[in-house]
Amino acid sequence: MNCSCTNGGEGERRTAAQENIAKIIGKFQGRQGTLIPILQEVQEYLGYLPRWALNFIAQQTGIRPAKVYGVVTFYTQFNLEPKGRYLIMICQGTACHVNGSARILEALEDELGIAEGETTADGNFTLETVACLGCCSLAPVITINGNTYGKLTPAKARKIISQYRSRIRESKAECI
Amino acid sequence: MELVRAHILVCGGTGCTSSGSKAVQEALHRELKKQGLDKEVKIVETGCHGFCEQGPLVIVYPEGTFYCQVQVEDIPELVEEHLLKGRILQRLLFTEPLTQERVPHYKEIDFYRKQRRLVLRNCGYIDPEKIDEYIARDGYVALAKVLGEMTPEDVIEEIKASGLRGRGGAGFPTGLKWGFAAQAPGEKKYVVCNADEGDPGAFMDRSILEGDPHCVLEGMLIGAYAIGSDEGYIYARAEYPLAIKRLKIALAQARELGLMGDNILGTDFCFDLHIKEGAGAFVCGEETALMASIEGQRGMPRSRPPFPANSGLWGKPTNINNVETWANVANIIRNGAKWYGQFGTEKSKGTKVFALTGKVKNTGLVEVPMGIPMREIIYEIGDGILGDKKFKAVQIGGPSGGCLSEGQLDLAVDYESLGSAGAIMGSGGLVVMDEETCMVDVAKFFLDFTRAESCGKCTPCREGIQRMREMLQDFSEGKGSLEDLDKLERLAQTIKDTALCGLGQTAPNPVLTTLRYFRDEYEAHIRDKRCPAGVCRALLTYYIVPELCRGCTACARVCPTGAITGKVKEPHVIDPEKCIKCGACMEACRFDSIILK
Ligand SMILES: Cc1cc2nc3c(=O)[nH]c(=O)nc-3n(C[C@H](O)[C@H](O)[C@H](O)COP(=O)(O)O)c2cc1C
Ligand code: SF4
Ligand code: FES
Repeated sequence: MNCSCTNGGEGERRTAAQENIAKIIGKFQGRQGTLIPILQEVQEYLGYLPRWALNFIAQQTGIRPAKVYGVVTFYTQFNLEPKGRYLIMICQGTACHVNGSARILEALEDELGIAEGETTADGNFTLETVACLGCCSLAPVITINGNTYGKLTPAKARKIISQYRSRIRESKAECI
Repeated sequence: MELVRAHILVCGGTGCTSSGSKAVQEALHRELKKQGLDKEVKIVETGCHGFCEQGPLVIVYPEGTFYCQVQVEDIPELVEEHLLKGRILQRLLFTEPLTQERVPHYKEIDFYRKQRRLVLRNCGYIDPEKIDEYIARDGYVALAKVLGEMTPEDVIEEIKASGLRGRGGAGFPTGLKWGFAAQAPGEKKYVVCNADEGDPGAFMDRSILEGDPHCVLEGMLIGAYAIGSDEGYIYARAEYPLAIKRLKIALAQARELGLMGDNILGTDFCFDLHIKEGAGAFVCGEETALMASIEGQRGMPRSRPPFPANSGLWGKPTNINNVETWANVANIIRNGAKWYGQFGTEKSKGTKVFALTGKVKNTGLVEVPMGIPMREIIYEIGDGILGDKKFKAVQIGGPSGGCLSEGQLDLAVDYESLGSAGAIMGSGGLVVMDEETCMVDVAKFFLDFTRAESCGKCTPCREGIQRMREMLQDFSEGKGSLEDLDKLERLAQTIKDTALCGLGQTAPNPVLTTLRYFRDEYEAHIRDKRCPAGVCRALLTYYIVPELCRGCTACARVCPTGAITGKVKEPHVIDPEKCIKCGACMEACRFDSIILK
């Protein structure tokens, strides 16, 4: 992996990113109602939607920046800020709620030292709530980067985090 | 098709995948190879069987032996016993809790016996990624029948005669809706499948799309033919990646066989579909908001009329139905309206799929004939309340629905009866609650949800839900007066009558039904400053039962405020003044000696 310690290439990297975004937009040319899929693909590519990217999309598609921004802020899927390396989604759906998901959330907030919606200072974890993950039979449920963990207790949830932490430590050790 | 002596069905639905079915499947592959059985025995990854609670599920055919909670470690024994020696591996069978009997065949399990699987007939039996398996179960026969021998009017008449009503919540007669779109003037028309399933606590539509995507495509093709449309959309939640993947595969396969695209089955009928991923907004399940979202706008509802049948997507006549509605269509056409009419009640025909969750023993996906008493679903299919606690309420219809109490357990589950009880059929969420669930808290929970999801366009919903939520907060802290309950009821009724779209109009339902059936619980909070279920924190104190406490000091060590004192090996006490009710002590206690009072 390339290190990004040298800060010099910022401008160059952005130009390259813009070229790729232009390619994404090009794929949708001539079709109707494409703003949301474009935003979805750009977010997939960049990990989030920085302001420059929104302006660039507006300029390329001819859609007013205010409208692009309006759409981005309407839907919960879009992020204006970068996310942590591991995205933890805690289900707060009905089945999970009656099975004690509020206590799972508390335990995770405590374990990670952040509130819902925040990212840890080291950029490793982001904690988010979601309305239902569709595995209500396994309530209460969380997912971490798409992997599901069900039938949780506060203690189990804490343990899962510590497993991820040791995984992060191991991968760091490999780097050195 | 190659001949094999046995099929092993491994569930690949989201529930079982979460409990590790992928690893089980890999272990099966390895073991079969090792035993030299890989040519004789075929592994099929299916969609959801419904009994997610007991996952990962494995069914071995031809016998139909049902193994549950199968782990990777069990695989060598399973293969050796069942496939080499021909003996059933008893210890992995489902045990009927009542009789403690092990049940080898899934059809004999109470959970399945009471069900009528029409919509889910293929879910769990076929590999959803293979169109051949769908066709082998009479798939696309209905489409051929429609294109070969029926006019569009015939199709609409047949659907009307079947009595099918929309499964997305409101229960509007489907045939009638198709008729409107068919009659609407205009060359270009659209059909849309609403797969935005937003009810938190429900997963019926997801399981259908994951387990049998072709039945939805076939339904849409038939609908498109009936109303004269050549283009359609499926709007699916982005949180359902597996469903979207399977839909894309199904679509590509249908195109390849000439079942989708131009000149379908050699006729003049042309139709194709796009899949749109939603971007996370509950209100987009509302039909006008959904169409705004497909058009790339903010998903805000607009007032109707004009109805989508006349002016929908990009102003063109549009017919929108729910996933489960579409999934019923091919069955009706293939077997006839009369056959369909034998299921259900006079005004509510057919079956309904529910996601049965919460505090019941058997959770999962169930399909029952309309009109079945609620009690049968909870006590016979669901096998009663978890831990044999006392039943308190069942929530039906999600944030738009209501909570029913013990007194309504014998209510027939159909559109009319549920409506008269203040609830709705909804899309199929069924959450069971026991004595440890606080109904004020449940009402608060749903308002948290609708408050966050309100699009903000109209005042009753945007401001009204907020006000109701504040009142409930007060009650949960023991504040407020009994007159406030009437005030809350009036406010709820006003919002119901004046909000612009279904979200606002139905958001008061959880409040109104809990007030109607559980008023005493509200009163206990306000008058006695007590939460009978032991949920509302402000009204509770943590207390150490001296007889149970062993004085291990675990609680005192975790308490962040030093509220717990006591000598080693002697009962500890909590100082309520210092306690911040974080619950850390309760979690740390290994003797269950800390309770909430
Ligand atoms: C706030 C709100 C959310 C809705 N969510 C859904 C949904 O997730 N799925 C669905 O099929 N219908 C949903 N509906 C109902 C749709 O507006 C529409 O009535 C339905 O898709 C029509 O299909 P049907 O006639 O087959 O039921 C929702 C309605 C409202 C007001
Ligand atoms: S009722 Fe609520 S969701 Fe519907 S339009 Fe009004 S503010 Fe928006
Ligand atoms: S309510 Fe949590 S997964 Fe459905």
